[in-house]
Amino acid sequence: MSEIYVITSGKGGVGKTTTTANLGVGLAMRGKRVALVDTDTGLRNLDLLLGLENRIMYDLIDVTEGRVEYKKALVRHKKYDSLFLLPTSQVKDKTAVNPEQLVKLCNDMKKEFDYILIDCPAGIEQGFKTAIAAADVAIVVTMPEISAVRDADKIIGELGRADKENIKLVVNRIRPLMVESGDMLDMDDINDILSIECIGQVPDDEMVVTSTNRGEPCITMPNSQAGQAYRNIVSRLCGEPVPFMEFPKEGFFTRLKRVFNL
Amino acid sequence: MLEALMKIFGKKESSGKIAKDRLKVVLIHDRANISPEVMNNLKNDIIRVISNYMEINQHDMEISLADDDDSVALVANIPVSRMKHDKGKNKG
Ligand SMILES: Nc1ncnc2c1ncn2[C@@H]1O[C@H](COP(=O)(O)OP(=O)(O)OP(=O)(O)O)[C@@H](O)[C@H]1O
Ligand SMILES: [Mg+2]
Repeated sequence: MSEIYVITSGKGGVGKTTTTANLGVGLAMRGKRVALVDTDTGLRNLDLLLGLENRIMYDLIDVTEGRVEYKKALVRHKKYDSLFLLPTSQVKDKTAVNPEQLVKLCNDMKKEFDYILIDCPAGIEQGFKTAIAAADVAIVVTMPEISAVRDADKIIGELGRADKENIKLVVNRIRPLMVESGDMLDMDDINDILSIECIGQVPDDEMVVTSTNRGEPCITMPNSQAGQAYRNIVSRLCGEPVPFMEFPKEGFFTRLKRVFNL
Repeated sequence: MLEALMKIFGKKESSGKIAKDRLKVVLIHDRANISPEVMNNLKNDIIRVISNYMEINQHDMEISLADDDDSVALVANIPVSRMKHDKGKNKG
């Protein structure tokens, strides 16, 4: 039996797909059987982040409309063979799948996987409602930025109204130096405001970009800070309490120099 | 230069703190889910009731929701220009 997670955010572009890809790979690296379901119909990207864009034969809509069995639409990862992607259609739109169809599909898939991770589209419309319908747990991704936190609060409210009470928070794209100088909200501030259990703080990291370019999530890179943060989240999902990572601090003199632009 | 100094010695309010304070206020309104129309009706009703007892400056009046520990408070700032001394007898 699997645990079904939806990765959602409200605001677009905060890192839902990046988080889904990294957690999926991380869980598969531990030998878990993982299915990643892309529900961002019309704007699919999860295939690209995993480097699987050239292997897609069928998609989510082919499955929900009964043209093929879900197993035929799954794309197996090249390197981690317990990881599968169920891509969505790039030509249809969000109205092509409804919540009942996704619930039924996830129920069918449950026996084959330890984890099903659903990548949710931005917004609170039909695509969101469909994506959350089957989930046991919602991971809300936000950024330390006023509008992203406000939208996360909205999403948390919507999840509550849909009776999704098990909600976790991931704060993505933290810039430690800005936090240190008091110019960015930190994880504790956001915790204070949203009152949701935080399971990860991910730094802003260029390696997210380079690894996306290659189609290999940064969780596989030993020296990536964001990769380390994602490995920690995977541990927490697997029930191992690991401490939150310390970000490298700037010394007083470096700070002095920076503030005076020396 | 002065700003930089103040920043080092923590005198100037940091933008992170400002963001947090602004968020707290905006979320109270978002969560209460009260439309501007309802707020305006509430304001007009308050004016009507209070005007029975005192003359108030309606233009400078402000009502808003605020964070009060674990609950939400309705905060009204109503400048009074003159008391009416008929103890509100001629209501209506
Ligand atoms: N920790 C990070 N450090 C640096 N860049 C990041 C980080 N997380 C995400 N990004 C970048 O931010 C952009 C948006 O990320 P992503 O596509 O994962 O967001 P999303 O929430 O899925 O967006 P959408 O709402 O469009 O689906 C991407 O270009 C990604 O590479
Ligand atoms: Mg996305």
